[in-house]
Amino acid sequence: MIYNMEFETLPREALEAIQLRRLRQTIERVYATVPFYRQQFDKAGVKPEDIKSLDDLRRLPFTTKQDLRDNYPFGLFAVPMENVVRIHASSGTTGKPTVVGYTARDIQTWAELMARALSAAGATRGDIIHNAYGYGLFTGGLGVHYGAEKLGASVIPISGGNTKRQIMIMKDFGATVLTCTPSYALHLAEVAVEMGVDPKTLKLKVGVFGAEPWSEKMREEIEQKLCLTAIDIYGLSEIIGPGVSIECIEAKKGLHIFEDHFIPEIINPETGENLKPGEVGELVITTITKEAFPVIRYRTRDITFINPEPCVCGRTHVRMGRITGRSDDMLIIRGVNVFPSQIESVLMEIDEVEPHYQLIVDREGNLDTLTVLVEVGEHAFSDEVRKLQELERKIEKNIKEYLGVSARVKLVEPKTIARSEGKAQRVIDKRKI
Amino acid sequence: MKVEQISIFLENKAGRLAEVTKVLSDAGINIRALSLADTSDFGILRLIVNNTELAKKVLKENGFTVGKTQVVAVEVEDRPGGLNKILDILRTANINVEYMYAFVQQSGSNAVIIFRFDNTDEAIKTLIENGVKVIEGEKLYAM
Repeated sequence: MIYNMEFETLPREALEAIQLRRLRQTIERVYATVPFYRQQFDKAGVKPEDIKSLDDLRRLPFTTKQDLRDNYPFGLFAVPMENVVRIHASSGTTGKPTVVGYTARDIQTWAELMARALSAAGATRGDIIHNAYGYGLFTGGLGVHYGAEKLGASVIPISGGNTKRQIMIMKDFGATVLTCTPSYALHLAEVAVEMGVDPKTLKLKVGVFGAEPWSEKMREEIEQKLCLTAIDIYGLSEIIGPGVSIECIEAKKGLHIFEDHFIPEIINPETGENLKPGEVGELVITTITKEAFPVIRYRTRDITFINPEPCVCGRTHVRMGRITGRSDDMLIIRGVNVFPSQIESVLMEIDEVEPHYQLIVDREGNLDTLTVLVEVGEHAFSDEVRKLQELERKIEKNIKEYLGVSARVKLVEPKTIARSEGKAQRVIDKRKI
Repeated sequence: MKVEQISIFLENKAGRLAEVTKVLSDAGINIRALSLADTSDFGILRLIVNNTELAKKVLKENGFTVGKTQVVAVEVEDRPGGLNKILDILRTANINVEYMYAFVQQSGSNAVIIFRFDNTDEAIKTLIENGVKVIEGEKLYAM
């Protein structure tokens, strides 16, 4: 079902007229209120009035995650703090997350987009939505929550963890829609079987899965094990959170980007040049309705392509393909964004250890595991087993505290981490997605 | 009164121990005592050798993480209750033993045990005050 018939099926011409009007308003506003954007535009020699067409957007400089960090915490907010009603953050380098803010209207916009997304997945106000995305600074839980309420469905704010209890509640409350990461969906299926609950006896009909990369093969597996239709959702906190794009249940082929709120571009990540529809590159998004935290040409680092073909569902918004990779070294582990440099920062803060490390990511059962190999130099070494084990625990604790992800630390001999041309291979991802 | 011990970090991988003994053998170093402590991931090999500095140098050159610690060699009567007597003295003085292992050679008719204490000086003082014989490094390496 289409939640907002008017805006989701606008003829392209009308849609583009709305986009241009909203883009110009956004550009004018950030130029006037955010010193960072004013400097960036001035440096590029572009004034807000130079933006006369959608193509003129390409004249503006990109915004990167580093720019967000450099303006930590509130430097890119475009409204006074008294107008900000919510703050979210995603993990960043040690102690420095990426911070985003929302006005009351932004929260409304986000709820509308998530209501559209749930609706595109086939959910209605009669559904019971089991929301197992984490609630907190992470946008997943609250994003889905507000959208589900806006849609008028009954939402169970179960958040993450305690899987056995989740199964009991899903069964007893008769949940019909499941929202979580795809790997957690598979984990739920497995635990249900262990508990003697046949997933087929649950009332689930659809699942909305995102926050980490997955594949068609995983979709088949989830659909078969949980007896539901699995839908891919995409979003990131820097843009708004979940609800940037969603697959429609009619086609299940590509994710409609809500173009009346976001303008997508695909660029060559090396040169920054714009690519044509169908060509694979890095997704860049400009928000055109956000008040507190508008972003101009944000480089998502996610690799995909844009498909402008009309869709059987009737929506006129373009579709993006499944995310197939990243143009940087970010890892997503159990839904948490992890950069190898963050692990390095954690290690640097511990006096005894040198930052010679390697991350091994794997999937045991259906859950991601992170093992951090750390080379033991003379500084860290002790002739007592207890002291070395204490060091392992200390690194594990710091990683958990700074990054919010559990890791297993394993001490290894010096020079065991393969170095090619003097540069160590920092990440080995063994997950078969 | 202290004895020098070298310790080596080893991953639990087949053949690693043999690589250590090969390096030492090539350098003509004689191992006088050893103990291996291990966990599921790694092990710590502790050695007393006849030439500590040379052993440390050649092992480091071969990429091993090597540490040097001071331990205490104690003569223990080779009869029932011999070790217990020493541990009693230590317990009474509230001295904690981090770990211990046996030395290969006997000293006369006595056994030799290597002790690692967290407070080495105090331990030596207590043992001597209680009439226990502590063997000097130079003497031990040559035994």
